[in-house]
Amino acid sequence: MWDYTDKVKDHFLHPRNVGELEGANAIGETGSLNCGDALKLYLRVNKNERIVDATFMTFGCASAVASSSALTEIIKGMTLDDAAKLTNDDISDYLGGLPKAKMHCSVMGQSALKKAIANFRGVQILAKPGQIVCECFDVTDLEIIDAVKANGLETTDDVTDYLKAGGGCGQCLERIEEVIASAKAKG
Amino acid sequence: MRVIYTDNNATSKVAGEVIDEMMPYFGELYGNPSSMHTFGDEVGKKIKQARQRVADLINADPEEIVFTSCGTESDNAAINAAIKAFPQKKHLITSTVEHPAIKNLFSHLEKTQGYTVTFVPVDKKGRLNTDLLYESMSENTAIISLMWANNETGVIFPIEQVVQRANERGILFHTDAVQATGKIDIDVKKVGVDMLSFSGHKIHAPKGIGVLYVKKGFKFTPYLIGGHQEGGRRGGTENTAFIIGLGKACEIAKQNLGIMNTRVRELRDYLQSQLLEKIPSTSVNGVLDDRLPNTLSIGFDAVEGESILLLLDRDGICASSGSACTSGSLDPSHVLMAMEVPFKSAHGTIRFSLSHYNTKDEMDLIVKNMVPTIEKLRAMSPFWKDGKVV
Repeated sequence: MWDYTDKVKDHFLHPRNVGELEGANAIGETGSLNCGDALKLYLRVNKNERIVDATFMTFGCASAVASSSALTEIIKGMTLDDAAKLTNDDISDYLGGLPKAKMHCSVMGQSALKKAIANFRGVQILAKPGQIVCECFDVTDLEIIDAVKANGLETTDDVTDYLKAGGGCGQCLERIEEVIASAKAKG
Repeated sequence: MRVIYTDNNATSKVAGEVIDEMMPYFGELYGNPSSMHTFGDEVGKKIKQARQRVADLINADPEEIVFTSCGTESDNAAINAAIKAFPQKKHLITSTVEHPAIKNLFSHLEKTQGYTVTFVPVDKKGRLNTDLLYESMSENTAIISLMWANNETGVIFPIEQVVQRANERGILFHTDAVQATGKIDIDVKKVGVDMLSFSGHKIHAPKGIGVLYVKKGFKFTPYLIGGHQEGGRRGGTENTAFIIGLGKACEIAKQNLGIMNTRVRELRDYLQSQLLEKIPSTSVNGVLDDRLPNTLSIGFDAVEGESILLLLDRDGICASSGSACTSGSLDPSHVLMAMEVPFKSAHGTIRFSLSHYNTKDEMDLIVKNMVPTIEKLRAMSPFWKDGKVV
């Protein structure tokens, strides 16, 4: 059994802001049915670039639902500039922490938010920069380097917990180890 | 809170009769069955009775029964004995859907001991590709190990047929019968396996006791080297209370085989038909006929298993999932992936595994929970719209 905080349980059993959002002018999607979790985030942003409403649709485990629900609660009322600074730790902290193996749920929230902001600003997110390391979950070396630096990750297990990379077929685990080493070498 | 326990393929309730049978051997009857005094011999006699009861469940001779600590030890001991018996043979055969006790052991032998392993695939219904299995048999094959029935789907492999082909080729055959024992009739004399593993805690004995059947005449090298216990096939002072408890559990399991294949099967079929009828976009994994009578692996499109389990848990309903999020790995179960179950239902697969303790009332309560649970999760799923998967 996962060790979820009362807040995670509450947001899973009573998720806030579920559903499509009428009049949404920013949408961010991340994950897929194959990956086992996915989040579609809807925002209504006013002319001052303030998020006046946010809803979500999520497919995934309890912590994925709770992270999505928490995300919408956190960002309502924020300006896009402030929202852009939100990290996965902010989502996890709001929930009183997530089990380490579930941190990728909070990363998914941050990623959907980034995409929604880009969507609103008309920024095209083209092919991801960097080289794909994990084919199963479509994770690049640059994403791994970012996560290693931001969260002080040490091992391939850590990377899997945060990005899912390496958690599928496992063929990329050696490559992930190399990327971790290079990220740490660069400081 | 009332517990509705439908996770019997994970572990089962220890039967009251089994506990009663064991209790004296934790207390005043603490003798060592090997001792040369009447006090110890009393326990020795009880162990002898237990060995007979265990043998009777699978139609073995009592001297063919080796007590171990668990199913995994039995599997390891069997494979170890096979590779010690044929050190020059470097090929092993198993399937893609085995329990980790065999799957990871074979992968380990492949990585570290220079073995080549053929993992025989299954089809979309979980049936073994016997043609590929027969093709892969060779002079160099040390042992074939196949589960009798699958823990996740309940699909039963055609063990008798495969054993016959293995015997013709003179290849040793082991079966992991942990899930099959006590659920379907097992007759080692009729089927002719060389070794068979099973575990106490799946048949209402406690955790920590397993069995390895070793056919008479096979030159068995012990895995746990030590004293003369178990006919020199497993060192270590007997786990007396647990062996005695397992004996009782086997006696009861034999008596209950009929109930398992009538009343329990009917309950499972009832649960299955109710869920299929009341919840759209739902599918059963595995063949319907050649399947354990107590097992139902059922996938609900566009929702995720852990979420379902936690909502079931609120009503005290115990089941398990084929989903990634409950296992620590991120891919759905290797069994469902080997069967090419589509991701949309693999992630939302739940396994209900029943026992004779379950009732129809409990099945109704499960259905009563499942209908709104799936509705609720689908209402928030981005892959579900207007009553179907998008």
